[in-house]
Amino acid sequence: MAIEARGIHKRFGDFVALRDVGLEVKEGELLALLGPSGSGKTTLLRILAGLEFPDRGSVHQDGEDATVRSVRDRSVGFVFQHYALFRHMSVFENVAFGLRVQPRRMRPGRAEIRARVEELLALVQLEGLAGRLPSQLSGGQRQRVALARALAVRPRVLLLDEPFGALDSRVRKELRRWLRRLHDELGITSVFVTHDQEEALELADRVVVMNHGRIEQEGTPEQVYHEPATRFVYEFLGDVNVFHARVDRGLARVDDALFLIGEQEGAERASIYVRPHRLEIHRRPTRPEDLRARVLRLNAAGPTVKVSLETEGGELAQAEISQEQHQALGLERGEEVWVRPREQRVFVEDYEI
Amino acid sequence: MSRPAAAGAGEWELEAPAPRRAASALVDPPWVRMALLGVALSFLLLFLWLPFVTVFVEAFSRGWRVAVEAVRDPAALAAVRLTLLVAAISVPLNTAFGVAAAWAIAKFEFRGKSLLVTAIDLPFAVSPVVSGLVFVLLFGAQGLLGPWLQQHGIRIIFAVPGIVIATTFITFPFVARELIPILEEQGHEEEEAAISLGASGWQTFRRVTLPNVSLGLLYGVVLLNARAMGEFGAVSVVSGHIRGQTNTIPLHVEILYNEYQGAAAFAVASLLALLAVVTLVLKQLLEWRMGRRARAAA
Repeated sequence: MAIEARGIHKRFGDFVALRDVGLEVKEGELLALLGPSGSGKTTLLRILAGLEFPDRGSVHQDGEDATVRSVRDRSVGFVFQHYALFRHMSVFENVAFGLRVQPRRMRPGRAEIRARVEELLALVQLEGLAGRLPSQLSGGQRQRVALARALAVRPRVLLLDEPFGALDSRVRKELRRWLRRLHDELGITSVFVTHDQEEALELADRVVVMNHGRIEQEGTPEQVYHEPATRFVYEFLGDVNVFHARVDRGLARVDDALFLIGEQEGAERASIYVRPHRLEIHRRPTRPEDLRARVLRLNAAGPTVKVSLETEGGELAQAEISQEQHQALGLERGEEVWVRPREQRVFVEDYEI
Repeated sequence: MSRPAAAGAGEWELEAPAPRRAASALVDPPWVRMALLGVALSFLLLFLWLPFVTVFVEAFSRGWRVAVEAVRDPAALAAVRLTLLVAAISVPLNTAFGVAAAWAIAKFEFRGKSLLVTAIDLPFAVSPVVSGLVFVLLFGAQGLLGPWLQQHGIRIIFAVPGIVIATTFITFPFVARELIPILEEQGHEEEEAAISLGASGWQTFRRVTLPNVSLGLLYGVVLLNARAMGEFGAVSVVSGHIRGQTNTIPLHVEILYNEYQGAAAFAVASLLALLAVVTLVLKQLLEWRMGRRARAAA
């Protein structure tokens, strides 16, 4: 099922959670709502679910206005951040719940319920645990029970609130890949909320980055990572170096380095954003944008070498180079080097080029 | 209260001797513990066990025959029946009220919520005698509604309805007080999950909310029942003390005692004492099960 939210406004007392948010979820896609806490992503998810209602704006399901439809009638499966499993019911009863509460004329028979629950428990790889109570399960297992329970009523949309938030990082990565496979198998339209950029970039077909109740950017993981639309997206989706520059006749100047940015009417200052792995280190300057810097610290533990640097102007920077480059350069602490941004983005005042 | 000092200190020493001092810093010196324990135990002995045992000793002081006669006396049996009747009405009423109030307070935000919370505590804050007098002033012959009630031939004060009303008023905080913290701690998520799975409001309440609070609810009902059967002050004011008609067990005990029938008074009183024992055992069982469930959930 496709979902569309139009012009959503929501406030809680004095706090504005969402400001004029529009969002389209396409049939069958896996969409991530990514943002820091307080960005409104969970509120938006709850509005899509019908657990919360917008002050203004509308929600459409397959083009039909569903704004005032309650969560009961939206055929959504909702997976809560802390799972919200029924603590006094066994895993089996948790999964069967949605079937047992159906109106009598639609309710499946005993055998049918059993078959459906078993099928779902097999799907989430919990076959042997039907008789356990939620309290006897690990976090990852609880998460999968919550998923099976939500899927039991054959929802047409799956909504997940921070699905891996409460798990440790190893389980999280495993479960993430598993969820992606499951989505590909079932093809159910899914939206999940996360504050973890890695999770969003790895798992989603499309990422919607939110901040302060607004959508900052939406696009494929590649788009939002490689072509961030705003400073916020740049900073939120991974580490970034920011160099502050002065603008003069079409050039941005950082210390002695020059970046060609074209004529900017009235602009005096600019910020240059470069990801650490796009910062090269050289022994000698060969290009105008090369920046003189001093090596503060080297950390070679890990797949890449992390180099902490300080520019002439006193700005701190991080570069990530390969182990081979590190060996070829033979860097030492305290040495003077030249850093060259390979792929940078310049934000002039608030105008972007 | 037992101190794990000997074993604990030994275990610490395997790792490092230093924490031994840190551990003992958290434990009071032996004489303080002995003194506290002694005070608590002698207090219990003096004010709880001694009176409790006295009730039974006095009851049988003139032989078990007198005791049995006192309980089998028609007036005593009538008192027992009335007490059971009052409990049978006020316990379900207050259970329903308590669940509704606790639900409203824990799950919704509304104007005057804190006022409602305070109001629930009112019967605990006011002396039962005052509560009884309020009902006399409301429903009595000279009371506000008295003339209207008399016109319609309804007797409340000095009759069973008055006793039921007074008892219900006195005991209404028990269930709500027990449930509010439990419901607040549990939050809304399980209910939201139930509704998102298609459950109706009633199904959600019956299948999710109620089972989650069942032990707390039972605990509240046990305490509520004990108080409903044992209430004296408010009931005494509204009852009129008509033998065989408006005397509950506690009132009957008082009458017997005032008539110098000590042994009989204590024999009937021992019924209430037994009720207390049953209540405490039930309470202990429930606490034990709640503790186990809490540990299982953790």
